[in-house]
Amino acid sequence: MGNIAFELYCMKGFGRYVIFLSSLVVRRETFKTYYNLTLEECVQIGLKSILLFMLVSTFMGAVTTLQTGANLVSPFVPRFIISNVVREMTILELAPTIMAVIYAGKVGSSMAGGLGTMRITEQIDALEVMGINSASYLVLPKIVASILMYPLLVIVAAVCALFGGYLVGVLTGLLTPTEYVYGIRYGFNPYFITFALIKTFVFAFLISTISSFKGYYTHGGALEVGIASTQAVTTSIIAILLADYFLAYLLI
Amino acid sequence: MIKINNISKSFGDKTVLTGITGEFEKGKTNLIIGSSGTGKSVLLKCIVGLIQPDTGHVFFDLRNFTEADKEMKSEIRREIGMLFQGGALFDSKNVEENVMFPLNILTRMSEADKMDRVNFCLKRVGLEGVNKKMPSEISGGMKKRVGIARAIVNNPNYLFCDEPNSGLDPQTSVVIDDLIMEITHEFDITTIVVTHDMNSVLGIGEKIMFLYKGSKLWEGSNNDITHSGVKELDDFVFTNKVMRSLKGT
Repeated sequence: MGNIAFELYCMKGFGRYVIFLSSLVVRRETFKTYYNLTLEECVQIGLKSILLFMLVSTFMGAVTTLQTGANLVSPFVPRFIISNVVREMTILELAPTIMAVIYAGKVGSSMAGGLGTMRITEQIDALEVMGINSASYLVLPKIVASILMYPLLVIVAAVCALFGGYLVGVLTGLLTPTEYVYGIRYGFNPYFITFALIKTFVFAFLISTISSFKGYYTHGGALEVGIASTQAVTTSIIAILLADYFLAYLLI
Repeated sequence: MIKINNISKSFGDKTVLTGITGEFEKGKTNLIIGSSGTGKSVLLKCIVGLIQPDTGHVFFDLRNFTEADKEMKSEIRREIGMLFQGGALFDSKNVEENVMFPLNILTRMSEADKMDRVNFCLKRVGLEGVNKKMPSEISGGMKKRVGIARAIVNNPNYLFCDEPNSGLDPQTSVVIDDLIMEITHEFDITTIVVTHDMNSVLGIGEKIMFLYKGSKLWEGSNNDITHSGVKELDDFVFTNKVMRSLKGT
């Protein structure tokens, strides 16, 4: 009985999410309005996240290089394999997926908190009273900006991770610059880049829509806004992990 | 004029409004009054369409808002200005941008015309020279006045105010009340104010609807309210010593 209740709860939540998504594309405002709002969101989402992404990914690449090096101490394994492993891990998982978790924590919680605050302070009602489709006006630019900016952030993150690995690998004497670059280029499959970019589009869509959904339907006060932000992050992360599995299953 | 006919609303098992019918006249400040939790704000939200009533209809000058299609609803909503309890100013926009917002979205006016209109409205509510201030930098009373300026900037035919005096000192409350009444007469609009503030009731209540436990119990003006003969209304009106002394009890 408990399982049935849980399934019904999940189905109801998913149904509301689908209805929410469909409400974004009806009663739209002018293209110019969305264009300006999307640019503002791109600055909020993209430019204001880039430093965090660079910092995290540089350290991530550095640590991955150290740990791979520590686990591949064998005369039978050439050292360029270290950077080869770092490349594969970075492009396939670390840059798109782990960064998505960070993105959900920074941007997703901000989206949910912002919309939740607008809801409890009646700013969303004010938009509705003016005859504006508040969901479309507030959320659609966030989704578009997210889908535009997240892939770019991941590309920057991947480059920084590889650079971080290079720095640590060379500075600690784990491998030479030539070995590192050779490993990066060795057996490169360009499809993995395509695969990673497909993942970034899917993750950006999931994070922005789930976070907006949680924030938009906040009811109550400051406590509920906090809860909505937390739920936005946790639900987004679960969705990312599920989507990551299914995309890997389908596309590789 | 706004007419409501048999408006009822329940949330789950809890019935909030029961069969409310009435008229709100043009060029007058119409008040919906009652104790906390009697459904005043829910009724207001049903009228402006933020909440869909379970039964009943709302007519804006004979246009059935409740059964209107999306186009018609949008059209009517563009004739509505609303002042929310907390002001509901957009945090990310300054005072000028807040007031200009409806013009940006709903009209094709030139930038110069929009600026003129914004300055006129800000001047009308007594707020000159605060254009660039953010909502977080102004007081509660000023937020309400900016809210009023935003509500009237698009020349609405209908003005709704949800507890305009909440959180304000008595002096500022009177200023806001007077402003609402002046604007109603000056622009000849239909104004509905939800309040439980007795100063407002006596000061600007040209037409008053009293709600009690989700039902309409009395209708009249501020001249009649002190001798309505309705016990529940008397209990609401004569709660403090000043009011009781007015009645002589």
